[in-house]
Amino acid sequence: MLSEGGSFMKGMMLGAVFCVVLSLIANITTETKSDEHHHHHHVKAASKDDLKRLTDDQIKELNNQVRVSCIIMVQPKILVYWATAMDTWSKHCDKAVFYTSESSKALEAIDLNEKDDWARLRKALKHAYDNAGDLQWFFIAQPTTFAIIENLKYLVLTKDPKEPFYLGHAMKSGELEYVSYDSGIVLSYEALKRLVDVFKDEDKCPERGRALWKLSEDKQLAVCLKYKGVFAENGEDVHGKGLFNSKSVDSLISNSLKENPSNVVEGCCSDIAVTFGGMSPNQMQVMMFGVYRLRPYGHDFQDLLEFHPPVGSDND
Amino acid sequence: MKALCSRFSFYAGFVVGTFTLYVFLRQVWYERSVPVRSSNYDKIHDYQLRLEQDRKVWKKDRSALFNLEHPHRKGEDSQMADELYKKVRILCWVMTGPNNLEKKARHVKATWSRHCNIVVFMSSVDDPDFPTVGLGTKEGRDQLYWKTIRAFHYAYEHHAHEADWFLKADDDTYVIPIYFGRRFKPYTKQGYMSGGAGYVLSKEALRRFVEGFKSKTCTHTTSVEDLAMGQCMEKVGVVAGDSRDTALRETFHPFVPEQHLTAKFPKSFWYWSYCYYPISEGPNCCSDISVSFHYVDSKLMYLMEYYTYHLRAFGYKYRYQPPVPSGYKGLLDSPPNAPPALNIETAYKMTNLHLVPYMTKIILFSNILTC
Repeated sequence: MLSEGGSFMKGMMLGAVFCVVLSLIANITTETKSDEHHHHHHVKAASKDDLKRLTDDQIKELNNQVRVSCIIMVQPKILVYWATAMDTWSKHCDKAVFYTSESSKALEAIDLNEKDDWARLRKALKHAYDNAGDLQWFFIAQPTTFAIIENLKYLVLTKDPKEPFYLGHAMKSGELEYVSYDSGIVLSYEALKRLVDVFKDEDKCPERGRALWKLSEDKQLAVCLKYKGVFAENGEDVHGKGLFNSKSVDSLISNSLKENPSNVVEGCCSDIAVTFGGMSPNQMQVMMFGVYRLRPYGHDFQDLLEFHPPVGSDND
Repeated sequence: MKALCSRFSFYAGFVVGTFTLYVFLRQVWYERSVPVRSSNYDKIHDYQLRLEQDRKVWKKDRSALFNLEHPHRKGEDSQMADELYKKVRILCWVMTGPNNLEKKARHVKATWSRHCNIVVFMSSVDDPDFPTVGLGTKEGRDQLYWKTIRAFHYAYEHHAHEADWFLKADDDTYVIPIYFGRRFKPYTKQGYMSGGAGYVLSKEALRRFVEGFKSKTCTHTTSVEDLAMGQCMEKVGVVAGDSRDTALRETFHPFVPEQHLTAKFPKSFWYWSYCYYPISEGPNCCSDISVSFHYVDSKLMYLMEYYTYHLRAFGYKYRYQPPVPSGYKGLLDSPPNAPPALNIETAYKMTNLHLVPYMTKIILFSNILTC
């Protein structure tokens, strides 16, 4: 009887120790995956004073330089998001190309015939680079993201696309700083050029990803770019507020209602936000109305650049 | 046998130990990872912050809130808006009740009502802190017309000389102040304005409403507030105006933007037979310079505030440009009560809130001349 009791106790002690050890290990591994916003690299939009210093000729040049090519990765299984993106924000890109994993009879896109997400992204980027024309900025999005392209242009207005820029909502995973996919990824021409170059290197940037350790595409992109000296940077406005949001505007307002009830709208989001992630098709139509149409009468902004409504569109 | 027993108890002990400690650790760590809920102290601090901010924005006087400053966005030129704000004074009164002060009316106070010159919250009970005016009625849907009658009488008696236009809204209406109303067809000859979408009376219309009750021309005909108001307006000769913009898009909306923009209302829905003007679904439903939306919950109220007064596309030249009121400069010089010297044709086509009052004033005055 006693020996049984004794072994029971021994078992209990060992079990307790085992549990503690296990949870300590789990804690350590989860800590490294935490998304701390490590603000080593920020890119801020130009202030009004910066812009006032520009001459008329410089402004004309910038108008041309700041054109954006949109790369939107779609799939037939999310057809309604694909259709909504086509009907809403993508109309404001200077060039919008949809890349799909398999073709759909309903909508037109470039069929890459590739099921692997990372390989598909590679092909899309290579295609975009080869067909860039004279466009210098590239924006990669998923169909659940809503982007305000004019505000993106404002962010990169005074940045030189011949420098490597890799912008968006910067996150950190362990030692790796990367730009989150669902809030949109911005690449300058130079960054894309270096990326396409490192694609050729199978060791540094393998096409199928390493077998055991499959990274998500946004992290994989960061790894490849890092080899060529291109680092992720967080896009912010003049006040330091993030411009790329991976949550929808509805959930951001809800959060702000709980956290700063006396200053809900100021505490939520920037006036010139660029992206919102996780938006439903209906929310996108409302945002289209809210951004490009609804406004109070009699308030004018003397913005430096002028962007005109796209031809043949009725919801903006 | 004994060895087996002891081994069994060893394993049992192992399992029990693991489980116990797991539960214990869960409790400890759970306390750490959950964010510290705001203590009572924080709640009071929050409330005080709100009061302080309110004091900067409003001046409380006789249960009404007088707006101290016209809110602007950073870096914008609001000359025209400011002029209109000073010239066309609007009193917004919000229909609410003691149960809705914290839930709904507070959000109205924090958002769109800041663009009215004066705001009065009408409830059944007096509340000097919020502040609300007690109308001495009971609460409930059937009390709506009584509340409306009393509220308009109150506004006329206390504030007639301080405002030119009187806007009525509910505590779940989001208004971008300036307009007339969403016209409904049935039960009246000239139509009546939807109560939920909000409606505006000019000072003359308000005067006639009050006189109508004094002379018993208007009475409490029905508890359906917006219909009753429409019937009274017809009797006292106030014309129901057309509040659509120059592209013939509606500006006052009885539902939330998402429904107007995306939903396909079934043909049997009452909305189809009620609207005075033809309904548009999709993007053509709503004017760029829309005035109001109904059934707006608190989250949507702040979201609308964000869309209307904050979020914008840099450098974007809007497709729809509302015309500047012709004779705008002339209007600013002439006193507000004199009949404006405007071409009736152009007046009819003007848009946007502060402009609509000019349009409807003309209709009103032309009505006086003919009857």
